[in-house]
Amino acid sequence: MIEFKDVSLVYPNGTQGLKNINVKINDGEFVVIVGLSGAGKSTFIRSINRLVTPTSGSLLIDNEDILSYHGKNLRKLRTKTGMIFQNYNLVKRSNVLKNVLAGRLGHTGTLRSILNLYKKEDIGLAYESLKRVNIEEKLYNRADELSGGQQQRVSIARVLTQQPNYILADEPVASLDPPTSHQVMTYLKKINKEDNITTIVNLHFIDMAMEYADRIIGMRAGEVVFDGPVSEVSEQTFEEIYGRSIREDDLRGGANKS
Amino acid sequence: MENYSLPPKPKNSLWKKIKTIVITLLVIGLYVWTFTGIDIEWSRVIERALNNFQRVIPKLLSPDWSATSEVALAMLETVFIAFAGSLMAAILAVPIAFLAANNMMGKYLSVIGKWILSAVRAFPDIILAILFVVAVGPNAFAGVLAIAIGSTGMLGKMFSEIIESIDMDIVEAMQANGANRIQILFYAVMPQIIPEFLSYAIYRFEVDIRASSILGIVGAGGIGTMIIFASNNRNWNEMGTILLAIIIVVTIIDFASARIRRKIV
Amino acid sequence: MTKEKPSLTADKTPSIYPAKTKMQVTLIFFVIIGIYLFSMYWTQREMVGGIGGALGNMYVVIEKFFPPNFAVLPAIWEPMAQTIQMAILATTVSAILTVPLALLSAQNVTTFKPLYYLTRTFLNILRTIPDLVLAVLFVGLFGIGLFPGILALIVFSLGILAKLISETIESVDMNPMEAMRASGGNTLQVIWYALVPQVAPQFASLVLYVFEINIRASVVLGLVGAGGIGLILNQQLGFYNYPNAMAIIILIFVVVIVIEFISNKIREALL
Ligand SMILES: Nc1ncnc2c1ncn2[C@@H]1O[C@H](COP(=O)(O)OP(=O)(O)OP(=O)(O)O)[C@@H](O)[C@H]1O
Ligand SMILES: [Mg+2]
Repeated sequence: MIEFKDVSLVYPNGTQGLKNINVKINDGEFVVIVGLSGAGKSTFIRSINRLVTPTSGSLLIDNEDILSYHGKNLRKLRTKTGMIFQNYNLVKRSNVLKNVLAGRLGHTGTLRSILNLYKKEDIGLAYESLKRVNIEEKLYNRADELSGGQQQRVSIARVLTQQPNYILADEPVASLDPPTSHQVMTYLKKINKEDNITTIVNLHFIDMAMEYADRIIGMRAGEVVFDGPVSEVSEQTFEEIYGRSIREDDLRGGANKS
Repeated sequence: MENYSLPPKPKNSLWKKIKTIVITLLVIGLYVWTFTGIDIEWSRVIERALNNFQRVIPKLLSPDWSATSEVALAMLETVFIAFAGSLMAAILAVPIAFLAANNMMGKYLSVIGKWILSAVRAFPDIILAILFVVAVGPNAFAGVLAIAIGSTGMLGKMFSEIIESIDMDIVEAMQANGANRIQILFYAVMPQIIPEFLSYAIYRFEVDIRASSILGIVGAGGIGTMIIFASNNRNWNEMGTILLAIIIVVTIIDFASARIRRKIV
Repeated sequence: MTKEKPSLTADKTPSIYPAKTKMQVTLIFFVIIGIYLFSMYWTQREMVGGIGGALGNMYVVIEKFFPPNFAVLPAIWEPMAQTIQMAILATTVSAILTVPLALLSAQNVTTFKPLYYLTRTFLNILRTIPDLVLAVLFVGLFGIGLFPGILALIVFSLGILAKLISETIESVDMNPMEAMRASGGNTLQVIWYALVPQVAPQFASLVLYVFEINIRASVVLGLVGAGGIGLILNQQLGFYNYPNAMAIIILIFVVVIVIEFISNKIREALL
């Protein structure tokens, strides 16, 4: 369970990234965060694995306040929260398997990982993860030989290999075309259901949010302005979140289901 | 834990394996050769170091200020050598660079030009200085000539690479205008290359300051002359002064040069 | 075209460049020429015969140095080999020592500013000291021999290599590093998994480049007693035995060219 209690974050340059956030995310939920550019979506998500540190309030994960974590504690927290990035963030010169194995870093001793002495189970797990996103045949290809969608699937496999309790995805489909976007979202949703991993995704696109989310959180100027199940969301909700009417480019389109 | 299937082994071609083995063996061989060839008498080195450390280091760190004016003058001469040498090289390098650039002259001429340039570059500056000291006597002008020739090799290479990287479309546009070769040179080629030429020439001056400060070791003038005297006389206080002068002057010139270059490009 | 031509009087014709720029350029030009002429005067003041005499003397050099006496080649082969070995050893040691220094002087790895500036300044000062000056100092400390020469090469190339490699590190893609950090990797693991694969080919290429520099430097170290072929060259020059000296110079020339050629080929294959 993730619980934001009156969390605020002010960046060193004075920008207010988050303003008095109070949100509780239950285990197994698939939450989509929407909001205009600069609304604080990334800041929200990155607070959870402490890539940024909120300046006040308390953030509880599994009933422990993580804001005081540092060093070993912090790495342990990050080990149980996997992250997916807009630009995949793979090591382009390394092969797919090695990129996926990097998900085990937090579980592996420094010496072992540096000498490439992964346990057999770890390598097996990495291969299994690749299979789950149907990219196992690219095992020994260099990451930069793959298409964007394939790279994003590798990065999902990396997160799976990490065996996290939470998955954070910051605009995972922003660099992909519509069909590939749906494919990636479908994998995320499937993993969420099958492994019961709490998943929080930042999205720009209203139609995708509606299609995949169990629950939608709307943000504007660092504040949560909407929080509710998908069933309660209408076009008007989005207009309230965005503070303007819905436009063509707020939709990804290309949905393969009706 | 569940029973995972392991991924298939990567199939490395035999050829690749052989290549890896051969390279590994070569590298090992090279190092064996190196370590058997070099034998350092550690006992002597350590003994010397223990003896000399007290005698040298404290003196180096307390420079002899009475030598300041002499050192300053020698350092100034070093700057003059570097300046005259770099400028001569910058001018000499231009025609050779055009010769060596494959988009200006024919293919064959450019190969010849490249060969000349790499031949010149293969002579370390100080070897050139040795030759020029024999030719014009042990004085600063031998240093100027050594720097001039040595830098021509490097600048010529840089310049020709710059020329090769220019936008030939503009040249084509001018040709279409009916411009002749000289006009094209001045209107299409020069504007593209001059800032970078200047930038490299100034950078080369930085390098030449360092180079010209040691030429005195073979008699080609500048602060190097004092370095050799100070070391022969074991005058480590004076060596401290010289070292300080080199560090200060080189730092100032590096700094100034970097600023000017940033302005040009 | 029926447009009337603007009637401009001669002094109103706009020039292509603004007057101020023209003035500045002219001024800079004359200052440079001035310094140049003075430098030429200054460096030639002790020279007998002036520049004309100097060029005439080229003939003397040719006469003195030619034909080179290649009979000495067998005798100088061993010091030549030793020179190459010095360069290999020095390059290897400085490639190892560079790693921590380059990491400390890369802004994106060393986020603790004072440490970064300290390393940078240290490297900048190191780079101001020419190789032969280092050799003179180390010969003073450790006596004549290979050891001061190797040490001079190490220190000298360390300054260059650490700077080049820290620049490479600063230009890497930071995204994978963030991903590794987000999955709980510690600093060492992040460096090993996200940084090393990105910089390894450049690292190898730059080490070879520095090896080329070290070869050039090592052949002249002997001039100040720091071992290698330069020592023999210095002796032969001291005895005015110019044909022998020329044979050595030609050998140096060939070795430098061959090694640069090989090194260039390897570097092309690497990148
Ligand atoms: N490192 C930082 N330093 C200072 N200000 C920052 C930093 N990161 C983000 N901000 C500011 O904080 C606010 C929220 O940014 P955030 O990245 O969370 O928005 P976002 O909703 O993810 O936007 P986008 O959709 O463009 O990714 C913005 O005004 C942004 O400019
Ligand atoms: Mg964002």
